[in-house]
Amino acid sequence: MSNSSTPLLEMRDISMHFGATKALDGVDFICNAGEVHAVLGENGAGKSTLMKLIAGVLQPTNGQLRVDGSDVFLNAPQAALRHGLVCMFQELSLVPDLTVRENLLLGAPGAGIGWLRGQGLDKAQDVLGRIGGAQIKMAARVADLTLPQRQQVEIAKAIMKKPRLLILDEATSALSASVVEKVFDLVREERDSGTAILFISHRFHEIEALADRVSVFRNGQRVETFMKGDHDYAAIINMMVGQKIEELFPEKPPARQDAEAVLDVRNYTWEGQVKDVSLTVRRGQIVGLGGLDGQGQGAFLMGLVGLLRKAGGTTAIAGQPTRIGSPKQAKHQDIALAYIPEDRKTEGLILDQSIQENLELAALGRSDLDAGDAALYAGALEQLALKHGGLELPVSSLSGGNQQKVVLAKWLALKPRCLLLADPTRGIDVKTKTQIYAILRQLADQGTAILLLSTDYEELIQLCDETHVFFDGAVVASLSGDDLTPQNIIAATLNVSPEPQAAHA
Amino acid sequence: MLDYMRSNRREVIAGVVLIALLSAYLGTHPRGASTYVMTIWANQCLILGLAACAQFFAVVVRGIDLSVGAVVALTNCVASYVLEGSAFGMAFGMVAVVAAGALCGLLNGLIIVYGRIQPIVVTLATASIFVGIALLLRPTPGGAVNYDLADAMTLDVLGIPTALVITAVAVFGFWLPFRRTGLGLGLYALGSSEQAAFQSGINTRFIRLAAFTLAGVFGGLAGLFYSFVTTTGDAGISAGFTLNSIAAVVLGGVLLRGGVGSLIGALAGAFILKTIASLMFFSGIPSLAQPLFEGLILAAAIAIGGADVLRARNKLEVYA
Repeated sequence: MSNSSTPLLEMRDISMHFGATKALDGVDFICNAGEVHAVLGENGAGKSTLMKLIAGVLQPTNGQLRVDGSDVFLNAPQAALRHGLVCMFQELSLVPDLTVRENLLLGAPGAGIGWLRGQGLDKAQDVLGRIGGAQIKMAARVADLTLPQRQQVEIAKAIMKKPRLLILDEATSALSASVVEKVFDLVREERDSGTAILFISHRFHEIEALADRVSVFRNGQRVETFMKGDHDYAAIINMMVGQKIEELFPEKPPARQDAEAVLDVRNYTWEGQVKDVSLTVRRGQIVGLGGLDGQGQGAFLMGLVGLLRKAGGTTAIAGQPTRIGSPKQAKHQDIALAYIPEDRKTEGLILDQSIQENLELAALGRSDLDAGDAALYAGALEQLALKHGGLELPVSSLSGGNQQKVVLAKWLALKPRCLLLADPTRGIDVKTKTQIYAILRQLADQGTAILLLSTDYEELIQLCDETHVFFDGAVVASLSGDDLTPQNIIAATLNVSPEPQAAHA
Repeated sequence: MLDYMRSNRREVIAGVVLIALLSAYLGTHPRGASTYVMTIWANQCLILGLAACAQFFAVVVRGIDLSVGAVVALTNCVASYVLEGSAFGMAFGMVAVVAAGALCGLLNGLIIVYGRIQPIVVTLATASIFVGIALLLRPTPGGAVNYDLADAMTLDVLGIPTALVITAVAVFGFWLPFRRTGLGLGLYALGSSEQAAFQSGINTRFIRLAAFTLAGVFGGLAGLFYSFVTTTGDAGISAGFTLNSIAAVVLGGVLLRGGVGSLIGALAGAFILKTIASLMFFSGIPSLAQPLFEGLILAAAIAIGGADVLRARNKLEVYA
């Protein structure tokens, strides 16, 4: 862990712009051999972009990367691999239609287009065995594996490349605690043999267990780098979110527990991914759905608007038992649900069409509305303060935040009784976030019931009257009032109780 | 063995269907399972089989090649000029025919990769170009192929049709080893998930270029073998081959979304299609009704292949 020698990887004044969005802005970053370097930050802080630059998937708009003190240009993943920079991606890099063996062969060191000798396969199998993946058949198709198994294969594939710098980007998000411990042992061993490890995780206890050095990112900039133990959790969280967190959010009025129930769901169950979920959203309430990615909360929202087949449970809208079989039924004036999907680029918008055409999509098919009437959207557009150069321009010409406003506007035009939002502020700049928060509060004050899925616990605390935290498909905690604290949410997210002595997994 | 059959169930199903159809065909044919009947059958099957192989290489990387028929026609016309004369000259001629096919495929690949244009558009355009050149070469059907060479390729070896020997060489000598190379695996990786392939450090441009070049090579081989069977050059044969090659790969279990299927499946699909045609010829179905039945069988095969959609529990997956 000495700093005297040249760092293995050095990034100087790195910027990465996507259109108007600055994912990284003037970042300097150093990574030393033989060290586990944790990278912390909220969603959209720029961590994943940083990793993609190192892995050669993206090229920086500005700045220089240096390996062993000499400039490198990583124009493709192959170039990064040649320098020993290996990334285990958050979005899995396995080919679904090939077998485990074939996937490992493809990633093996020295694999070109010729005959594959399979050197390194033994090593990969050995790694798999050590991290609890011995039962994974080499002849199994990757598409048939479970998500944890795929992560195990990813780890084996990364290690068999004999990395000098190994990036673990949320590498253990789907793994159980005992497997995570085995992975960590392996990572420590790699570190001790001189590999540099870049470790991204949202789980504090994992950072605690593994990291030597920690860097905190916020809004595309590196806030600070320090040795583990130099700062406590509270200080780190402050660095991650910035100081002025209260200013981001509108004031929360006192909870209205007595208002009429707009949406009442009982015992919702689907395919083992959503387990027996019951909750109520009342007029003027904002109810939060928390939890790590993929714990069933996303599927639950999809189910409410009729996207899932063969789901169990009952739904009542304003006291009337209702069966919602499709999004078309969900938006009917008698039900009036609106669903803002998680991925605005693929599910929320048709990027090549104009803003006006996108706005009209939701109102089409509603017999009581004239989708072509521009007056329908004027109110929502004004409320959202959409910045645009003309409604006839393609929606792809807008920045991420303004695109999200278009998605919101097209649904607000229908005057929904209940608004379902799947992580509406992911990857959006702070200013627009603040606007969206204010609008949600306004809508709630006007009587809309809001169900807000979020991976940002500050939103769940500052915006929501009540928050249900999902773990493995079930609601493990329903927090409101004074119980709505970061500690309680994080604890529920990991399915442990906040008091350490009563921990259960 | 059970595992193998499960993971290759598409090829296994295609193989079983083919054996059943072939038995029915040989059963109804007045001359039965003689070498003569088998040889004619195998020759017809292999022409389409090679064209289907060409289509397979385009489809497996999530593309499609509408110029397969045109490449067959063009190489057939080239062959009708160069397969006469000395043994050395004919050997050179055979190489030239296949090289012409490879060149066509390479051209497709270059435009697709570096022009960033969809394969369906590129190959639609190049198909016209290739047919145009073929027509310049052979405005009317004609030319000749050395009969000894043609006989050697289209009759039988010790009672086994030469076409089947060639098929076996294509499978065991080329495909099975090729499947284990980086290029072979790369084709599937590219078709299955281009993003995953790219992130795994695969040179996706080179792989796509190679795939379309291989499609051209097999188109050339189809044109060459067609020349051995007919011993003339004809620029007007392209249309049927393109559509039938697509039908054949679909029947053989190659998914049009890419990444799934094999050369064996493509060959089996082509053999099935041709066997159905032969079967109908001898079963008394009027020849005018033949396209109708072929279409029904193809539609049924595709419907079975797409039945997986009914099992999707999340409606969004249906559109994925």
